[in-house]
Amino acid sequence: MADTASIDHSTITSTSAKSAAGPRGKKPRPLFSSRNIMVYGVLIFAAAYYLLPLYVMVVTSLKGMPEIRLGNIFSPPMEITFEPWAKAWASACTGLNCEGLSRGFWNSVRITIPSTIVSIAIASVNGYALANWRFKGADLFFTILIVGAFIPYQVMIYPIVIVLREMGLYGSLTGLILVHTIFGMPILTLLFRNYFSALPEELFKAARIDGAGFWTIYFRIMLPMSLPIFVVAMILQVTGIWNDFLLGVVFTRPEYYPMTVQLNNIVNSVQGVKEYNINMAATILTGAVPLIVYFVSGRLFVRGIAAGAVKG
Amino acid sequence: MTSNSVSVRDLSLNFGAVTVLKTLNLDVRDGEFLVLLGSSGCGKSTLLNCIAGLLDVSDGQIFIKEKNVTWEEPKDRGIGMVFQSYALYPQMTVEGNLSFGLKVAKLPQSEIDKRVARAAEILQIQPLLKRKPSELSGGQRQRVAIGRALVRDVDVFLFDEPLSNLDAKLRSELRVEIKRLHQSLKNTMIYVTHDQIEALTLADRIAVMKSGVIQQLADPMTIYNFPENLFVAGFIGSPSMNFFRGEIADRGGRKVIAVNGVDFGMESYPARGPLETGRKVVLGVRPEHVKVDESVPGSEEHDAVVDIEEPMGADNLLWLKLAGQTMSVRIAGARRYAPGTALKLGFDMSMASVFDAVTENRV
Repeated sequence: MADTASIDHSTITSTSAKSAAGPRGKKPRPLFSSRNIMVYGVLIFAAAYYLLPLYVMVVTSLKGMPEIRLGNIFSPPMEITFEPWAKAWASACTGLNCEGLSRGFWNSVRITIPSTIVSIAIASVNGYALANWRFKGADLFFTILIVGAFIPYQVMIYPIVIVLREMGLYGSLTGLILVHTIFGMPILTLLFRNYFSALPEELFKAARIDGAGFWTIYFRIMLPMSLPIFVVAMILQVTGIWNDFLLGVVFTRPEYYPMTVQLNNIVNSVQGVKEYNINMAATILTGAVPLIVYFVSGRLFVRGIAAGAVKG
Repeated sequence: MTSNSVSVRDLSLNFGAVTVLKTLNLDVRDGEFLVLLGSSGCGKSTLLNCIAGLLDVSDGQIFIKEKNVTWEEPKDRGIGMVFQSYALYPQMTVEGNLSFGLKVAKLPQSEIDKRVARAAEILQIQPLLKRKPSELSGGQRQRVAIGRALVRDVDVFLFDEPLSNLDAKLRSELRVEIKRLHQSLKNTMIYVTHDQIEALTLADRIAVMKSGVIQQLADPMTIYNFPENLFVAGFIGSPSMNFFRGEIADRGGRKVIAVNGVDFGMESYPARGPLETGRKVVLGVRPEHVKVDESVPGSEEHDAVVDIEEPMGADNLLWLKLAGQTMSVRIAGARRYAPGTALKLGFDMSMASVFDAVTENRV
């Protein structure tokens, strides 16, 4: 033993002596290397490219109409005014109704919250059942659900109109909520199933040995471990439903129109002059909710997507 | 014979066209420590999952404490199970993990507290009760997992490779602890592992499995010294048993196994039946049953040259060539042979195993 140790030691000293003159420690990396210029150049360009429209919208929404008519869309406002924002929210006209976007906002809230909660509640149980309780026909059920995710919405609209009419829900908020819940089901179920299958199977087995049943395992074991995927599902649903236009316009009456439909009606109104500042303000207001959701929970979103993607 | 704690009758399990277990029969005695040993994919974990009720069987019956539990739910079988990945509920404290099953079973709180306290005492995890699993080391986690089986107050403990995720030092510590636990509790334990050291050290009896079939079921020393077939012989022991393919020959009335011109006398081998001349056989000898430079009664001396020497501390392992084939010899660690040294080998045939080359069964 002693022999080997001393041999090792001498080898180390001789190598370090040899390399004393050569490079040592952290390798220097110049700030303006061609690699850095390339990487940061591309990143800055891409960021600017994506942010430019937002900049134009914000700037325009803060200008008065006379200033907009000057035609320089990139210049910052000479005189900042918040009047377009107030008008877009409270008094912009769509047809005969001049309440602004506020009504559409509250309609969208009344559509988005129940749709999100109901669809996530059902889809998470679906995903859990598919991942952990391999019941008979589970694979078939799952395949059908996935195929459902690939059928274009447009194909299903007319049949659903008829179904809702027969159920007496056509034109009501409940009907739209039902439609959103159903359309969210395939992708959400897939998301939850993949997440639950990636959780260690032995946890599920241990809980079964402990005597826990279907719902006990779901609520006491699975739910507490699944916050990231619930956040992902929440973001997907909130943004998806909030931004929906087609289903909102097809399945509701004008007094229940969601914000997006109302925005369209404001922007596309053909009477009088186009008030670009109000249009821009209205658009930003409509987009604000998904934007805030992303900013608040973006980090969890990325983590959840990654976690769900590990195992299929 | 003592009563059986767990009995498996004609158990079969198929996943589609794949047969995982083939009409398997197994009786585990009351209070016995039985180890299911085999390489991955041999069906040992599947068998354990069937006993636990986590997998539905295709055919056959399972009895626990003389009661047919084939269709019972896992919780009604009177078993506790410990998993390789610990499978602790991450969001609960250690106490929460231990009491979860008891709360689900709606036991009175005083009884729950009593059992948790007892399990924590036995496993010496009282200081950890308020911690989350993520704050525990691997060994502590596995102790909690054992505790979760302990509080259930069951007759049968099932272990599914419980030590495989631990590092070598912890593994040997916990191995001793599991053995001590068995000695004090005297429960029936069924323990799945691919680690032969765990199997040999822990088991009252070992069931060596391959392709869903039990190859041999016996106590560790019988398994080690008198393997029933070539698979068991090769699977148990490290380094592996030395095998020589040859045939039975007659040297003037004396039965020998002739391997590439080298003869091994059969006088002291405890053969089960007559061995006809010309029968193709495989001779198996463990490295420690070959003597170096010592005469063995009834054995020829074979000349060989040391190829490689592997000093392992307590033992010294010599690799050399005999009858055109590489073999290993285990001698005491103090006896050193440099590579190239010539020596004489004597085979202790009373401890050897001879298998039929075709059926691969012991003869």
